[in-house]
Amino acid sequence: MCLAIPGKIKSIISDEPLSRTARVDFGGTIREVNLVCVPEAKIGDYVLVHVGMALSTIDETEAQQVFRYLREMEDLSESRESGDEIS
Amino acid sequence: MKFLDEYRDPTAVRRYVRAIAEITTRDWTIMEICGGQTHSIVKFGLDSLLPDKITLLHGPGCPVCVTPAELIDKAIEIASRPEVIFCSFGDMMRVPGTGKDLLSVKAAGGDIRMVYSPLDAVRLARENPHRQVVFFAIGFETTAPANAMAVMQAKQSGLKNFTVLVSHVLVPPAIEAILSSPDNRVQGFLAAGHVCAVMGYTEYEPIAEQFRVPIVVTGFEPLDIIQGIYLCIKQLEEKRFEVENAYSRVVNREGNRTAQRVMGDLFRVVNRKWRGIGEIPASGLGLKEEYKEFDAELRFGVAGKKVEEATECISGLILRGMKKPPDCPAYGTKCTPEHPLGATMVSSEGTCAAYYSYRRLAPLGKSESQRQKNG
Repeated sequence: MCLAIPGKIKSIISDEPLSRTARVDFGGTIREVNLVCVPEAKIGDYVLVHVGMALSTIDETEAQQVFRYLREMEDLSESRESGDEIS
Repeated sequence: MKFLDEYRDPTAVRRYVRAIAEITTRDWTIMEICGGQTHSIVKFGLDSLLPDKITLLHGPGCPVCVTPAELIDKAIEIASRPEVIFCSFGDMMRVPGTGKDLLSVKAAGGDIRMVYSPLDAVRLARENPHRQVVFFAIGFETTAPANAMAVMQAKQSGLKNFTVLVSHVLVPPAIEAILSSPDNRVQGFLAAGHVCAVMGYTEYEPIAEQFRVPIVVTGFEPLDIIQGIYLCIKQLEEKRFEVENAYSRVVNREGNRTAQRVMGDLFRVVNRKWRGIGEIPASGLGLKEEYKEFDAELRFGVAGKKVEEATECISGLILRGMKKPPDCPAYGTKCTPEHPLGATMVSSEGTCAAYYSYRRLAPLGKSESQRQKNG
């Protein structure tokens, strides 16, 4: 039910206060999305959309976090292992 | 699709699984709150990849499941009226109240429309000025901004033929109810990422501290979930009880302030009955007094209606993490998605429905057999 899908803003079609609306591309499917809750979102940004409403602008740097954490964790574990061998 | 496919990378998932195995020294029980996460876990078999010491319990975070039967009866009563166009998310159509479901009302000629967004229902109200358009506004915090926005747009447009039947529920009171139970087994939580996209995670900080449980804000894709589990186990092993954010591409600590303001303008916190659990104080949202002209319960005179739920179903125990679907004698026999007996089978995101869809032919899962062995 709380399913939300990331999509890319193609164009902004209305700037009315309660109905700021964009055309958003979800892997080729285009839908109109209400942007009132993401006033910072602009064309080209990826937004997370739930029932026709954008809830968040996706942070492209933070999107790498899960991979970065994995690399750091494995580096740490390797250095610990090589440290063990020395001692 | 960008921001989806990369989080389904099996190699990265396996690397996290290996890391989890390396740090796990004791038995731990973790609950994922959200039905969407339960669905991912069961669909991708993530629980079967984990060490035997880790048990995943499935939480109450399926708003379709926990919508009380009496509210569905009210929806059916309203939807049966000839002047009404009743709009609902597709998930609610097959959920039975004490008798019928909305789909059977539609089959009998009721004008019931499945909509993708509450904003579509507002458009229907504009296009059909001589009909009463009612939207079934269910959901957790994730859905509340869109439902609030629909009412605001209706008010701004001066629509007199649009109302909402509200059954909003909130996550933190449910977590507290689970942790306060004397039978609680949950030692750590994966918080629902999309709820936190709206609300942030400051409200979880006092819960983590008071009940000494780690709470990790977690996304929905396999890699998100497996990282959430890793961080939760790591905290448990290190005896830390903090709120951590493993979904920072979407969630920040404060959440979406604009969305919170939209919700706050329209809704107030109310006591709410949860199907299978009962009433939890301050666990839901209802319309504020100044928006009561948009309240479908008042417009159609169904506000006082109360019904008793059937007792055969153990969904209350499943929603609180005390039982799993195969523990129920009715599961998969008397109770199926076509003929659900209770909350956790009624929606495709319910725990019993997820097990039925992906596991019914499989032998008992590791966690069940292990628990039976232990218990």
